[in-house]
Amino acid sequence: MPRFLAFIILALVSGFGALRADDAAPDSGRALLVAAVLAPAKDQPAAVRALVGVEDSAITPVLNAWRAGELYLVVLADGTRVPATLATAATHVPSAAPDQLVALSVATGSPIMDPASSATPAAPLFFAPKQLKPIDTTAPLRRAMRDVLEVAGVADPDPKIRRESIERLGQSRKLEHLPLLKARLNVEKVSVVRTALAESIAFIQLADAEESTRLAAIASLGDAHSLAAAARFKEALAATPAPSAAEAEAMRGALRQIEGHWQVVNFFGNLFRGLSAGSVLLLIALGLAITFGLMGVINMAHGELMVVGAYATFVTQNIFVSFFGAGSTAFHFYFIAALPVAFISAALVGLVIERGIIQFLYKRPLESLLATWGVSLALQQTFRLIFGPANVQINAPSWLQGGATVFDVAFAYNRLFVIGFAILVVLGVWLVLNRTPLGLLVRAVMQNRQMASCIGVRTTRVNMMTFAFGSGLAGLAGACLSQLGNVGPSMGQLHIIDAFMVVVSGGVGNVLGTVIAALGIGTVDQILQPVLGAVMGKILVLFAIILFLQWRPGGLFPTRSRSLD
Amino acid sequence: MSAPEKLSDVEPRFFSRAQWIAFLVPTLVLALLLPLLNAFLPAEHFLRPSDFTLNLYGKYATYAVLALGVDLLWGYLGILSLGQALFFALGGYAFGMHLLLMIGKDGQYKSDLPDYMVFLGYKELPAHWAPFHSFPFAAFAALWVPALLAFVFGWLAFRSRVKGVYLSILTQALTYAAALLFFRNDFGFGGNNGFTDFKRVLGAELSSPDTRRWLYFASIVLLALVFLLYRWLTRAKFGHLMQAIRDGENRVLFSGYATARYKLFVFVLVAAVTGIAGALYVPQVGIINPSEMTPEKSIEAVVWVAVGGRGTLIGPILGALFVNALKSWATRAAPELWLYILGGLFVGVVLLLPGGLVSIPGKIKALVARLRRPPASPASPEPAA
Repeated sequence: MPRFLAFIILALVSGFGALRADDAAPDSGRALLVAAVLAPAKDQPAAVRALVGVEDSAITPVLNAWRAGELYLVVLADGTRVPATLATAATHVPSAAPDQLVALSVATGSPIMDPASSATPAAPLFFAPKQLKPIDTTAPLRRAMRDVLEVAGVADPDPKIRRESIERLGQSRKLEHLPLLKARLNVEKVSVVRTALAESIAFIQLADAEESTRLAAIASLGDAHSLAAAARFKEALAATPAPSAAEAEAMRGALRQIEGHWQVVNFFGNLFRGLSAGSVLLLIALGLAITFGLMGVINMAHGELMVVGAYATFVTQNIFVSFFGAGSTAFHFYFIAALPVAFISAALVGLVIERGIIQFLYKRPLESLLATWGVSLALQQTFRLIFGPANVQINAPSWLQGGATVFDVAFAYNRLFVIGFAILVVLGVWLVLNRTPLGLLVRAVMQNRQMASCIGVRTTRVNMMTFAFGSGLAGLAGACLSQLGNVGPSMGQLHIIDAFMVVVSGGVGNVLGTVIAALGIGTVDQILQPVLGAVMGKILVLFAIILFLQWRPGGLFPTRSRSLD
Repeated sequence: MSAPEKLSDVEPRFFSRAQWIAFLVPTLVLALLLPLLNAFLPAEHFLRPSDFTLNLYGKYATYAVLALGVDLLWGYLGILSLGQALFFALGGYAFGMHLLLMIGKDGQYKSDLPDYMVFLGYKELPAHWAPFHSFPFAAFAALWVPALLAFVFGWLAFRSRVKGVYLSILTQALTYAAALLFFRNDFGFGGNNGFTDFKRVLGAELSSPDTRRWLYFASIVLLALVFLLYRWLTRAKFGHLMQAIRDGENRVLFSGYATARYKLFVFVLVAAVTGIAGALYVPQVGIINPSEMTPEKSIEAVVWVAVGGRGTLIGPILGALFVNALKSWATRAAPELWLYILGGLFVGVVLLLPGGLVSIPGKIKALVARLRRPPASPASPEPAA
């Protein structure tokens, strides 16, 4: 299972790599910048304006530095003048003192080397703070810089920045930006950016003098399902100099189109979020379905076993940071390593609980509830003493950050991962229970402990293993939850009641019931939340479950049995 | 329904003479002697219980009533309700509404409205608050509000024969949902701050030692009355039925008893009594907020019963006293250890002392008896083959 997972993740990561591959840009921006800095003062504004539309990520920071008076001119021994920004030396030369600075040449982006230095590798020139004078700017030059900066993002190599600045230009509704955007549309290759370009162009064209252009723009915005356009149309329709009849009609049509589209999108978005919330519930409840459903043990410390898994993830992350460094590629795979660690540590804690307490209470379920509640209190306090009362910081690996948008429905990667992971875990549990010798023994013992014992099954050992397995699943759930929410000592308490409700309403002793109940409760919760608010939705779901159990006391799939009492 | 006539003949007496003495002496000492000593002895006298002590005992007495309810349900009827603190808190809220209205214009904002309502921008008192100006109404509401909730929930649950751990989990979910609801500001009960800053009850200042003595007296009397009521219930034929339901509900059902109705009756009765205890608790501690109705509080009450000894009526009282005294001490002496102590109590009592504190004398007696008897003679002679 982990190898399969790693394969999926590799595929995902290499997918991102492919996205970024076409962003390499010609380095001409830096040369133009140097030329602009070194140009005579009266030519500088024109030289700066030449940067419009040039693809180079260096333009924005350098111009910003120039505007802020943080661009300097380094005069080398041979009289060459090199424009440069200053940076702390320690980040480039590890041996440098903390207050020493190096000059990063605008032409290359790397530190200016000391030509007199004979050392290999050559040492850079060091500067003290305030040693260099910033390059002056004039009012026309600053204006030119501002204009360039306003549109610089349009040509940024990063498609995300490009898209944002294109959208910003569209919102500005200045006709003067139209040529630039149209020019960009001819060279742009990334499809999301092209969509944003088309939308922004149409948005600007709403202010066009020609009515036909305006109508076309309205229609194309309707086709593009632009939310910003919907707000603009509503505004325009309510404004006092009302738009012409044809325009108003077009706007209403476009509004209908846009709103209809987003209703569908929201529906699927809710469905997706509900599915992922259900998957989280499912992960938490699966362990319970085994310890409570199969073994009949009310383990109130299940939530804390989950927290053990979450803290195990935290510790694994810290180990990776100290071994590989926080920025390394290896760090981003800490989560893969954390999963087995979380499983094993929670399983071990579960094993200790089973051996120490639960093995004496198999015939007294109500009392196992009390004893494990005591364990959960002690565990909570232990977490507090070890990790402190505050939440700990867990950084998501890069491949779990962000998300994909398909047909305007946002799919966050961490939520997608939780869904996929829940599917794998359910499959794994099913396989273990139904396709392994251990699973056979587990089912035998759970169905009739005495009979199993009579035919030679070592029931105490099976109990031990089953409980540890259920606890380990709780640990996995905790590891997963650490990527979605806060990790703190009382995190387990938040989920334990929900998890019990899932198991009870699914039908105790039935994994399929747990799956359906978890997904159902998660989805209903997500659909109610935007309408009623997070807490009211939760309360309503709880009451609904209480009522549901009146109707079907045994849950969705009750265990049929001939035994009474 | 027809009951076996003979059962009443074998019923034990309500109290033997010794038991009457064992009941009356501590009751009179607690209810009369302590308040009198507190009122009339000079402040430094070593026999005089301080105002603080009296207040603390009053609080414990209301806790003991809560514990007695848990025990009647769990120890006698076999229902482990993890939601008893909800009924306690509901009674507290009902009476707290009255106390809040009695603040009058003495609140922070000098308004007729309670402070939190002014803060939240209410213009006038919500209609359902108006009757709570009357003391009898509020006192009665502390009884019927929890009872009504218990009736609705119990009727649904017992009718569909939800029992055992399922019922425990459901009651826990109920109290959890209620706590979430009360934590919300827009639910209209003061959000997570709840009600506080009470000034007077029945025209008497709550801060005066005199009022506090009366509240203490009322708590002790309530505890004594509830003890007698539950004693009477468990000693009567009804009590036998309760224990029969606990030990084999289906057999009782098949013998022709509508067990669901018995369970419902006890559940509602206990909720009402617990609500009254909550109503007495609030003026003594001066605050009621939703943290009083969280599942943790209910489970804590269960542990008082477990520690004291369930299935007896003296056990819960001892347990409530012991655990709370321990808590007062531990949270001051070693706050970081309190959860370990409480957790240890849960585990220790369940594993090592299932009978609770009250079973200790019996165990000691058995131990002494075993030590006295020389090991040479076998304790239980084997029957001749």
